[in-house]
Amino acid sequence: MTLLPTKFGIYGGQFVPETLMPALIELEQAFVDAQKDPAFRREFEGLLASFVGRPTPLTHAKRLSEQLGGAQIYLKREDLAHTGAHKINNALGQALLVKRMGKKRIVAETGAGQHGVASATAAALLGLECVVYMGVVDIARQEPNVFRMKLLGAEVRPVTSGTQTLKDAINEAIRDWVTNVRDTHYLLGSALGPHPYPTIVREFQSVIGIEAREQMLRDAGRLPDTVIACVGGGSNAIGVFSGFVDDEQVELIGVEAGGSGIASGKHAARFGGATKARVGVIHGTRTYVLQDDDGQIAETHSVSAGLDYAAVGPEHAMMRDSERAFYTSATDEEALSAFQTLCHTEGIIPALESSHAVAEVIKRAPKMRKDQVILVNLSGRGDKDLNTVIKELGMNL
Amino acid sequence: MNRIENAFKNKPIFMPYFPLGYPDLDTSIDVIEALAKNGADLIEVGLSFSDPLADGPVIQKATQTALEQGITVKKSLAAVAELRKRGVTIPLILMGYYNPMLAYGLEAFVRGAREAGADGFIIPDLPLEEEEEFTSIVGADRDPPLPLIRMLAPTSPNERMESIARNAKGFIYLVSVTGVTGTRTSISDGLGELIARVREYTSVPVCVGFGIGTPEQAKQIGALVDGVIVGSACVKTIGSSEKPVETAKQFAAEFRSALK
Ligand SMILES: Cc1ncc(COP(=O)(O)O)c(C=O)c1O
Repeated sequence: MTLLPTKFGIYGGQFVPETLMPALIELEQAFVDAQKDPAFRREFEGLLASFVGRPTPLTHAKRLSEQLGGAQIYLKREDLAHTGAHKINNALGQALLVKRMGKKRIVAETGAGQHGVASATAAALLGLECVVYMGVVDIARQEPNVFRMKLLGAEVRPVTSGTQTLKDAINEAIRDWVTNVRDTHYLLGSALGPHPYPTIVREFQSVIGIEAREQMLRDAGRLPDTVIACVGGGSNAIGVFSGFVDDEQVELIGVEAGGSGIASGKHAARFGGATKARVGVIHGTRTYVLQDDDGQIAETHSVSAGLDYAAVGPEHAMMRDSERAFYTSATDEEALSAFQTLCHTEGIIPALESSHAVAEVIKRAPKMRKDQVILVNLSGRGDKDLNTVIKELGMNL
Repeated sequence: MNRIENAFKNKPIFMPYFPLGYPDLDTSIDVIEALAKNGADLIEVGLSFSDPLADGPVIQKATQTALEQGITVKKSLAAVAELRKRGVTIPLILMGYYNPMLAYGLEAFVRGAREAGADGFIIPDLPLEEEEEFTSIVGADRDPPLPLIRMLAPTSPNERMESIARNAKGFIYLVSVTGVTGTRTSISDGLGELIARVREYTSVPVCVGFGIGTPEQAKQIGALVDGVIVGSACVKTIGSSEKPVETAKQFAAEFRSALK
């Protein structure tokens, strides 16, 4: 018997080899104990304040709001968290659990490199050994983050199997974990994988939603009408959504990677690709999975490495079915255009992942009234994406 | 007559693994036939998946090749039927990951497997906690149902081992090392103790897999258990041969005689 529910409706679960089951049980126990332990919470919250720089600000994007001519837009500034994205919240939380469990080594997967950097950072801070698996396609497009991980003392292992992106990095991280499970923790970076990961990651990211709700009430005097976040595995989205999920009047919108367009078949819109998206099991969890007729996991495409993944966190699958949240997508082109808009109107260079959320704002805000409010989770900053953007926009140095 | 029980009459048994579709479909059928007719007592017939997270490099590459060659669940089931037509009488257990079975439709898959002449299933990403969905469908398909072979690992604590072993059907697949599939140079020290621990909880045969690469290792482990499973070494040796079918015959014969 597990201590916490393992499923979100019909989604989630623990589809892993037996070798890993005891580790999942141990992790769940450590998490449940830690949640009840005031000392753990103090340490975690203390680090979020003194190391990550939380609370991250809420910025009223006045020029963008004005330019779009509709709803007032507020940005939750996870880009200002230490290491430049929301990923650090979860990485620190799990690294503290690792210390509680007495393990000495962490392995992590990374797509955009943000979770790898966050893991390497948490490992350096807490004195843990850190190995990060990263597909060679992602290594090429997120090079600055590879150097950051190395400077932080992590070993980056290039993954050449399969599609050489996030999915394959997760496979390799799991294979390492299966082999070294007695002294190694798998520091999974998104709200996916087998139970208890989706729950743990949501809890450690819920600080985004808790802060944002207070800040909205303080700064705008009201809750937002709409909350928008990009959805890769779904951790920044579930983090911000969790602050508003009980406020039924607040509309929750997740934005997936539309790649070259849904019709092209080259995308990572798990909820959008009617022909390829079916419920399946991948990386230990039951959820919506882009796959072919024979159940082989499909290749995905996105300009943003962090959204370029064939499955989505199981809680999002449940929220989609229950219509508590709605999911849409933005294409590469729309994201790149939103990226530039935010740079010019607000002086903020967003991550390409976050630019997908901004793209949805650009579509929606003009159709809303001026007294309405959109909250966008700006999950990360765009420094890591400069090479990609320069290439995509045909800029010269 | 239950083919699995029958196979365990002369222990320890030899259980090679080979994926259908590797290096191509026709050759894989010939190879499995050759293994069956030259000393294998039971064969794990591999179904391929794009993301085999419990497998090491050898099986990853082989199943990747099989997928590139166009293997599907449907073709795999037809291949099992073909093996029966060719007079293969030993148990054939389908080994594969869960998602392709789900995509095929569990009922259709289980029925298709039975009709083709398969004798059971091994699904590495379906632990005790998640097996009910699958076993309820196998249970509804036939009485007694084809077994879902349960796996145990060195990391399984005693209590867990007991609940897994208690109602185990067919045999127990004991993973000998914490790790993915692939050969190891030496046999782990704790294996004897691990096997003894498992035996306390079950009377079904116990078979050991992961890491067994040579007839000598098979002999050594065979002295302790009811069956030895040889995966990566089988795939690698046969897959790298110019004459895979000849090599398969030799491979089976060597392991068979080592286990006598
Ligand atoms: C800045 C940023 N936003 C979003 C994501 C997507 O992940 P998730 O959906 O888990 O928030 C990533 C992943 O790498 C990221 O780096």
